[in-house]
Amino acid sequence: MSVPAVFTWCETSWIGEGIRVSSWLFPVIESLHLLGLAVIGGTVLVVNLSLLGLGPGSRSAAQLWHDTRPWFVGSLAVMLGSGLLMFMSEAEKLYYHDAFWVKMSALLVSLVFTVTVQRRTVLGGPDRVSTLRSRAVGLVSLLLWFVVGAGGRWIGFS
Amino acid sequence: MNSPIEFCHWLAGTPGSIAFHESIWVYPIVDSIHVLTICVFLGLTVMLDLRLLGAIMPATPVSRLIRHLMPWMIAGFVVMATSGALLFCADPVRTYLNVFFRLKLLFLLAAGVNAAVFHVMASRTTPRWDLDLKPPTRARLAGGLSLLLWAAVVICGRMIAYDWFDKDPESLAR
Repeated sequence: MSVPAVFTWCETSWIGEGIRVSSWLFPVIESLHLLGLAVIGGTVLVVNLSLLGLGPGSRSAAQLWHDTRPWFVGSLAVMLGSGLLMFMSEAEKLYYHDAFWVKMSALLVSLVFTVTVQRRTVLGGPDRVSTLRSRAVGLVSLLLWFVVGAGGRWIGFS
Repeated sequence: MNSPIEFCHWLAGTPGSIAFHESIWVYPIVDSIHVLTICVFLGLTVMLDLRLLGAIMPATPVSRLIRHLMPWMIAGFVVMATSGALLFCADPVRTYLNVFFRLKLLFLLAAGVNAAVFHVMASRTTPRWDLDLKPPTRARLAGGLSLLLWAAVVICGRMIAYDWFDKDPESLAR
């Protein structure tokens, strides 16, 4: 199955069709997506602010990382689930939408960056990781997530 | 100009409102700022509320969390309120008449009162329960209420864009 065929299959599936014909399902799913955004945004910010030396307890980024993980993973699941549903309702349109591809690429890069570079930096602790590296990683992570969010909002325009 | 609706009609006729409404780039950019600041203001508010509920960051004292997050929350709120006010200016008449806009303002007011009550209480009593995994009932109540009220604000905000209950456009004409 080619990529456009998968997109068409999504849009014509009963899920995609059901969301599209309903006048209230899409807004409800969107709201869920926004509530997930608040939680995931909070966890990403708390960890990155502490990497930048600006958050609560600049010496305990590893602690904050552990403490916020369940909420990060949980809200990510809500975001992916609600995002997938919205995608299915308008997949064919999104295939031709640059913002969609920018967002998905940035999401992939952000997630890979989070579980590799950022994870190592945070868990390495201030003894083994230089302040400069911590700050650079915090900044890059924030920028990557910003592109994901901005790309997402831009999908809604045009 | 004696009533709010007259004010909205006047505002809608100003060159700034018209230019903003019809702009190709400015409106989407302001809208994006408004939505993405959810991460800054609301994201950090959620973190604090969850801490008050004893659900997150048990090793971080409540007072330290408040001290470090507050500047960001205030900055986020200022950006949100400013961009939100600008979005209102782009389409004042329809927004003013929109039922979700009015509900959103009510929930905003309630969330503000809840936060103010909590801060007065917390400034007097935090040291005693700063490190408690489960803060006292009043603090947990404030955290839970805050989560619910802000969720309602977000949901109503999103729904403003939809026109299910909008008044007939004819009746909007002066």
